[in-house]
Amino acid sequence: MSGFSVGQDGYYGSFGGAYIPEMLFPNVEELRHSYLDIIEGDDFRTEFDHLLGTYVGRPTPLYYAQRLSEKHGAKIYLKREDLCHTGAHKVNNTIGQILLARRLGKEKIIAETGAGQHGVATATVCALMGMECVVYMGEIDMARQKPNVERMKLLGAKVRAATSGSRTLKDATNEAMRHWINNPDDTHYIIGSVVGPHPYPDMVTRFQSVISQEVTEQLKKVESRSSPTYVVACVGGGSNAAGAFYHFLDDPQVQLISAEAAGYGIDSGKSAATTFIGRTGVLHGSKTLLMQTEDGQVVEPHSISAGLDYPGIGPLHAHLFDSGRASFYAITDEEAMKAGVELSKLEGIIPAIESAHALAVLSKMNFTAEDIVVLNLSGRGDKDLETYIKWGRY
Amino acid sequence: MNRINEIFERKRSILSIYYTAGFPQLKDTLRIAVSLERSGADMLEIGIPFSDPVADGPTIQQSSAKALQNGMTLALLFEQLAELRKDVRIPVLLMGYVNPILQYGIENFCDKCAELGIDGTIIPDLPVREFEDSYRDYFRSKGLANVFLISPNTSKERIEAVEEISDAFIYMVSSASVTGAKAELQEGQQEYYQRIQAMNLSNPKLIGFGISNRKTFEKACSHAEGAIIGSAFINQLNEDPSEDGIREFIHSIKGQ
Repeated sequence: MSGFSVGQDGYYGSFGGAYIPEMLFPNVEELRHSYLDIIEGDDFRTEFDHLLGTYVGRPTPLYYAQRLSEKHGAKIYLKREDLCHTGAHKVNNTIGQILLARRLGKEKIIAETGAGQHGVATATVCALMGMECVVYMGEIDMARQKPNVERMKLLGAKVRAATSGSRTLKDATNEAMRHWINNPDDTHYIIGSVVGPHPYPDMVTRFQSVISQEVTEQLKKVESRSSPTYVVACVGGGSNAAGAFYHFLDDPQVQLISAEAAGYGIDSGKSAATTFIGRTGVLHGSKTLLMQTEDGQVVEPHSISAGLDYPGIGPLHAHLFDSGRASFYAITDEEAMKAGVELSKLEGIIPAIESAHALAVLSKMNFTAEDIVVLNLSGRGDKDLETYIKWGRY
Repeated sequence: MNRINEIFERKRSILSIYYTAGFPQLKDTLRIAVSLERSGADMLEIGIPFSDPVADGPTIQQSSAKALQNGMTLALLFEQLAELRKDVRIPVLLMGYVNPILQYGIENFCDKCAELGIDGTIIPDLPVREFEDSYRDYFRSKGLANVFLISPNTSKERIEAVEEISDAFIYMVSSASVTGAKAELQEGQQEYYQRIQAMNLSNPKLIGFGISNRKTFEKACSHAEGAIIGSAFINQLNEDPSEDGIREFIHSIKGQ
C-alpha cells in the first residue's frame, strides 16, 4: 500500500524488524515466509470470514451515539467491538492466528496475557479448534484478574504464572518467548497485539483490519461517504487502533487519534504514555518506542487499565507518531474513568477502561458539527466492574 | 591478532565461562575475572544485565535481576573494567541484549570495548542482517569480533552466512532451549553435532547451553573446540563466590 505499510525488510519507517535470538529465528522466518500466502489464500479467507460471521458475531454495529454526539458537538459513531464474542476485538486476531497455525501444522498454542482478554480470546479459539493451550500471565495480574484466569481454565487452557521480573504483561511475554524457544517445532505463539518481531505486527494488523474495512462499508450507508473526519482509538500495544486505522492510513483527510494511558499523569512515574516519555529501543523482538532507563532497562508502566499497561507500543504506532500521521493524547486514570461513566450514563454502554481512554479524548478536542468521528469501542466493561466499583464515583 | 583468534590457534578443549557483571556483589566483576583466569578458565564472557532476558532460564534471569538491583549499568561495567588488562590476559567478551548497548550508543560501546581490551561481543538479539548492514564495519575497525549463535534448527544456508561474517568463533547452542543447566545433553544432539562437524567450517566452534559438568564439557569438546558454561557457574557463585570456590568449580570441569 504505502509509507504506512510494513516494508519488505519488516520495518515501518525506522521501527520494527526482528530482534530475536537465533533459537527463534527458524520459527519467525517460517512465519515471515508464509504468512501472506496463507492469509491471502481463498480457503483461508473463506474460513476466516465464516468464523467472524457465525462465531464472533461480525460485522459489529457502527452505532450512532446521539446523546454523546450532542454532548461533544460532532457526529460520533461507536464501532462496537465490545459486542464481539469474548467481549473485545482481541478474538479477530486469535481466530486468524489459529487458522494460520493449523495451516503451518502446529499442534499447540501459547499466548501471553495482561488483563486476560487476549488469554481468554486465545483459550476460546483453542477450545474451538481442539488445540492445546498454555497462557502465560504475570503472577500479579493473575491475582488482579481472577475471573479471567478462571475463564481460561474453564475453556480448557493451562494458565502459567510468570514469576520473573515485575510479574506483569511484559514478563508474561518473556515467558511465552522462552516457552517458544524451548518448543520450536510443534508450537505456535499467538501474540495478542501489534508488537513482537516482524511479521507479527503486520499479521495482527491485517487480522484486525476487518474493523476499518467494515467501517468504510457501514459509513457509506449512513453518511454517503466511506471515510470519517476522525478515527479515535486507544493504544497499549495498539492492536485495536491498528485495525481501526488500517484502511485510512493513506487518506490524509482522515485524522487518526491515539489515546495512551497516562496513569497518574505523564511525568508522575506511574504512567504508560510511551510516546510521551519513551525513547527508541528494542523489546520483545522489535525496535520501537519504549519506556526505559538511561541504561536501557525497561521501566514498569502503570495504568488503571491492564490492557494499556505495557511499556512499549507497536512499531506501526511508533512510526505513526514519528511521522506525525497520528496525534497522540495522554489520558489519565481519572479522565478515563470519568469518560467510562459518562458513556454508561449517556448511551447505556459500559465500556472497557481501555476504550474509556479513547472516549476521554473527545472532551479534549474542538469539533465542528459536521465532523464525523468514528471511535473504536474496543471492549466492554464487564471485566472492569471491580475497578468501577473501587473508583466509586458514578 | 585478536586474543580470541590467538587462543584457538594454540589450544583445544577451551573452557569459556559466562558470568553476570555486578553479581553476586556489585563490585565482584573484576575480582571474578581474575579468579577465573587464575583457576584455569581459558576465556570469559561477562554478561551485561538486562531487565528482560528472553533467551535466559531462571538462573541467569535471577543473576541479572540481582545485578540490576545492585545498581549495575553498562557505564558502570566499563568503569569496573578500566584496569582489566592489568590483571587479565585471557580473551574477554561482553555478552548482552541489544537494548542497553543501543542506548549507550553502538559506536561508543565499540570504542570503549577497544579501549579496555575487550576482544569480542555476543549480542543474541542483534540480527545477523542488522549487524552486517549497519555495524560490522565499525566493529571490525575496532578489532572487535562479534559472535553469532546457531541452534539445532538453524538452516544450512544460514550457518554458511554466519560462517561468512564470523571473525572469531561460532557459538553452537546445544539444544532448542533457553540457558540453564540441564543434567545431560539432549536427544538428537549427536546428529546435530555431527552434521555441523561435517560442514568443516573454517571458524572454530564453542558449544554452550546445557554444559554444566565435566561429562557434558568433555562431550562438547569431542565435537567442538571447546564449550561455554554459564548457568552452572552462576549456581556456583550463588553457593560460594570465593576464589577457592571458583577454583574448585573450574577444576571439577577441567581436572587439576
